[in-house]
Amino acid sequence: MMQNKDIKRLSLILLFSPFALWILLLIILPHIGMVLLSFREKVAPRVYEYSFANYLDFINEPIYWNTLLRTGSMSLLVTALALLIGFPIAYYIAKIAGPRARGGLFLLCLIPLWVSDLIRSFGWILLLRETGVISNFLLWTGLIGEPVEFLYNDIAVIIGLVYTVILFMIVPLVSTLDGMDNSMIEAGYNLGGNGFTVLRRIIIPYAMPGIVAGCIVTFMLTAGSYLTPVLLGGKNSSWFTEQIYNQFITRFNWEGGAAFGMLLLLFTSVVIWLGLKLSGQTLANTVAKS
Amino acid sequence: MKHTSPAYDLECLDLAKSFGGIRAVKGVSFEIPSGSFFSILGPSGCGKTTLMRMIAGFEEPTSGDIKIKGRSVLGVPPNRRNVKMVFQHLALFPMMNVYENIAYGLRCAGVNNAEIKRKVQDVLERIALPDVGEREIHQLSGGQKQRIAIARCMVLDPDVLLLDEPLGALDLKLREAMKIELKLLQHQFNTTFIYITHDQSEALVMSDNVAIMNQGLFEQIGTPQELYHHPKTAFVAGFVGDSNRWSGTVKSADATGGMVETDQGLSMSFSAGSGQTIRDGDKVDIFVRPEFIRTVRAAETDQAAADGDNQMSGVIDSLLFNGANSRVLVRTGSGELIESDVTVTGNNDLKPGEDVRLVWSSRQAMCFARPESA
Amino acid sequence: MHLKTTLTGLLAATMLAGAGSAQAETLRLLTWGSYAPDELVQKFEEEYPDIDVEVTFSNNEEMIAKLRATGGAGFDLAQPSHDRIYAAQLEYDIYKPMDLSKIDTSVMEAKLLEGVKANTTIEGEVYAVPHQWGTSGLMADKTKAPDLSSWADLCDPAYKGKTSMRLKRTILLGTAFSMGEDPFAAYSDLEKYQGILDKVADKLIECKDNIKAYWKGGDDLSAMMLSGEIVASETWDSTAYKLYDQNQNIVFVPPKEGALAWIDTFALPRKGKADDAAYKWINFVLRPENVTIMSGSTGAIAAVKGGTDLLPEDKKAAVNAAFTAADIDNLKFFANIPPGVEDMEGKTLEKIKAATGG
Repeated sequence: MMQNKDIKRLSLILLFSPFALWILLLIILPHIGMVLLSFREKVAPRVYEYSFANYLDFINEPIYWNTLLRTGSMSLLVTALALLIGFPIAYYIAKIAGPRARGGLFLLCLIPLWVSDLIRSFGWILLLRETGVISNFLLWTGLIGEPVEFLYNDIAVIIGLVYTVILFMIVPLVSTLDGMDNSMIEAGYNLGGNGFTVLRRIIIPYAMPGIVAGCIVTFMLTAGSYLTPVLLGGKNSSWFTEQIYNQFITRFNWEGGAAFGMLLLLFTSVVIWLGLKLSGQTLANTVAKS
Repeated sequence: MKHTSPAYDLECLDLAKSFGGIRAVKGVSFEIPSGSFFSILGPSGCGKTTLMRMIAGFEEPTSGDIKIKGRSVLGVPPNRRNVKMVFQHLALFPMMNVYENIAYGLRCAGVNNAEIKRKVQDVLERIALPDVGEREIHQLSGGQKQRIAIARCMVLDPDVLLLDEPLGALDLKLREAMKIELKLLQHQFNTTFIYITHDQSEALVMSDNVAIMNQGLFEQIGTPQELYHHPKTAFVAGFVGDSNRWSGTVKSADATGGMVETDQGLSMSFSAGSGQTIRDGDKVDIFVRPEFIRTVRAAETDQAAADGDNQMSGVIDSLLFNGANSRVLVRTGSGELIESDVTVTGNNDLKPGEDVRLVWSSRQAMCFARPESA
Repeated sequence: MHLKTTLTGLLAATMLAGAGSAQAETLRLLTWGSYAPDELVQKFEEEYPDIDVEVTFSNNEEMIAKLRATGGAGFDLAQPSHDRIYAAQLEYDIYKPMDLSKIDTSVMEAKLLEGVKANTTIEGEVYAVPHQWGTSGLMADKTKAPDLSSWADLCDPAYKGKTSMRLKRTILLGTAFSMGEDPFAAYSDLEKYQGILDKVADKLIECKDNIKAYWKGGDDLSAMMLSGEIVASETWDSTAYKLYDQNQNIVFVPPKEGALAWIDTFALPRKGKADDAAYKWINFVLRPENVTIMSGSTGAIAAVKGGTDLLPEDKKAAVNAAFTAADIDNLKFFANIPPGVEDMEGKTLEKIKAATGG
């Protein structure tokens, strides 16, 4: 019996170890490295000292924290739009569509993820550019007199990001709405509620864990995305990840880049913490559930 | 026109519903007197759920009319009908506490907060759960949830309360207790209850009237006693209560009864089922309830013979002991198994393997002509 | 978190690469896109059947970042530009000295070889030899912007909304030259250089209104130019030559301040494990018949004697359409970047990007 227990424990350890290794080697260690790196300051070639200089740089340079705030607020906007657009889609998939249509619809939502960020962005570029499909179409219909540039601005970035992340909003929403008994909605009507009341008092509160989970994932993905904002963005569309890239690659300033990376992590964590507080949810019953 | 309160809370007139080519409800008419407990009993797939959803307004009838308190509700959306519903799985809102669940309908109706508070407290007291307002739904027991689901509807003072097999999810013991409780609640609120079920014991115990539904049609509406003792169709006879059943051909018949030879070659006498006219040569089904068949040891036949004009001999195959509801299975000469209720005293009882005679009166043998196969 | 996962992936990949001691017969090449055409790789592997070539495409900044992450391991031959050797070596110690006796330096254009040697010699050791050279300058659609001749013309209101540039150090330097400054001379006095950068930043922020978008790579630049969405841009010469192929009106314009010339080099990463194979590759690609294949793929001119003549015909035509002998004399070779300059430039670029000009 003792042996049996040992075998059980051993197999548990074996099953768990890839995950533990993954977490340790690819998440925890690099992050510890990043934290240590972020507290180093270059004083001369090949000479470093520990200091807060990189963080002070961030605080003292409005460009940096403005970009971070800009990234944060645009990410929130993208998250809100993804929710607004994704909720009806998720509701349709979970509650209205037949079982066969569901598979097809899910597949449709998945398609954007089959191609890389880069290809996806080029797709948008083809559509939105001045000599692109939309501009030409509008010219052809006579709605506009001369070509219009839809690309290279914040709206293009937002469209591209919403398109990319919306699946991550839809999936948790579908899974929570799926778990909702249809009779709950019928009861809402039966007891005298109109469509709006049922949505506000029954469907949304019920779907809250899914909504929060979807928002967390989309917000993280958006704030951390790099290619889409860089490729679709305009002259003034700075994105914080671009700054991190610049620090690391263009400026050879790994110390500053590490500090920026930590700040982005901290910032998104704070936003998510605030979101959870405001919605009265916990990580355990949202992200962990879906 | 003089405004009088109509006699019926709910009337359905030739109500029908088709889904694509499938006719789920094929023209049902009935009316339910105010304040009564009415059950619709039928096997699953008989159309009872569709019927109920039409009354609640979740389905639009294909034809026919529904009147609540004498007024047609066709085209009235579910949230504007004063028909409330207790769902099969109750559909209490898990994200609200008990108080909010009950207050939900009142808030939808725009009742002010003080009034809501008074009404919720009042209805909680009437269901004998005055202190659960602040509890979450998951903290309630099965029976409490049941009562809250009813209270949530009753606080809105509905004309008709629909109940869709709400006891289905409960365990046996609780189900028995809730049957009685539901009946009491209905008395207390004095509201018309329409109870949908496939469980005949629920329907028979609680109802003032029961409609037996089969394949989209009502077979019979009546009190539980009528349905049990005077079924009008073979389906009702077979569906309500337990029965032994034989198929056979009528050899001789008059207005009230006659003789039948069963397909196994037995002869037995019968009385015609209510409203039935049986003619010579008809193919018929005969139903005899187990409690009307007496099982006596072959050796003791003489005393019993006088009571019944039908007799059959056989061997006890098995004894199904269930206290007061114990039963024996008797294998007859032609090989079929017949159920018969017996009283088990624990002393000199019938045992498997004993030779017995089965005795019953022709008055308890209900006979129904088979629909002519076209 | 994309960037972060890229970085962690990079760390993991390099750890693995370091652990699984690579076979001596694999040549791991870290180079620019198009600098290792399949045709040449196959030919090389046929000639040296015991050598496998593995190619990783990158750019100057990423090459240095990759080598820095591992202290110069994971690759056997790298191809940074000549101005990216000296400071990177001083600061991160990622290259090893070259043994020139193993390279057939006689085929190289002496001027370029000497230039690179001068730029990359540290304590008497040479760290790089030239491979190909090219220029950064301007590109214009002759029919729509016939008068474009200076870096500053990109900010000419006549072309408002119709010009583009890459927000990298090239445009900073070009703009500095167009303002009459000599940024390379100022490398020795970083304070002075900062002063120039500030002026350049003001100018480029003012210019933002004139720019349609900053291009990020050859593809989006080509698309904008071919579609006529822009009429002039800062560009790599190779991109301009490719477009000349498709539209003879699009030509490379060496700015009157002098086109900025770069030389891509061969350098050995400090922990490279296949030096012999690396030398074989260097000598192989400098052979005349291979130079033509290489230049056909890259659009750049090989740093060998008569490199221009070895260009494929179409490229030769494009170069002749762009350059006169005077333009060649006027070339400004990128000067060695001293430590710290990249940081200063990076910050200036961020300032320009973040400013709300237009």
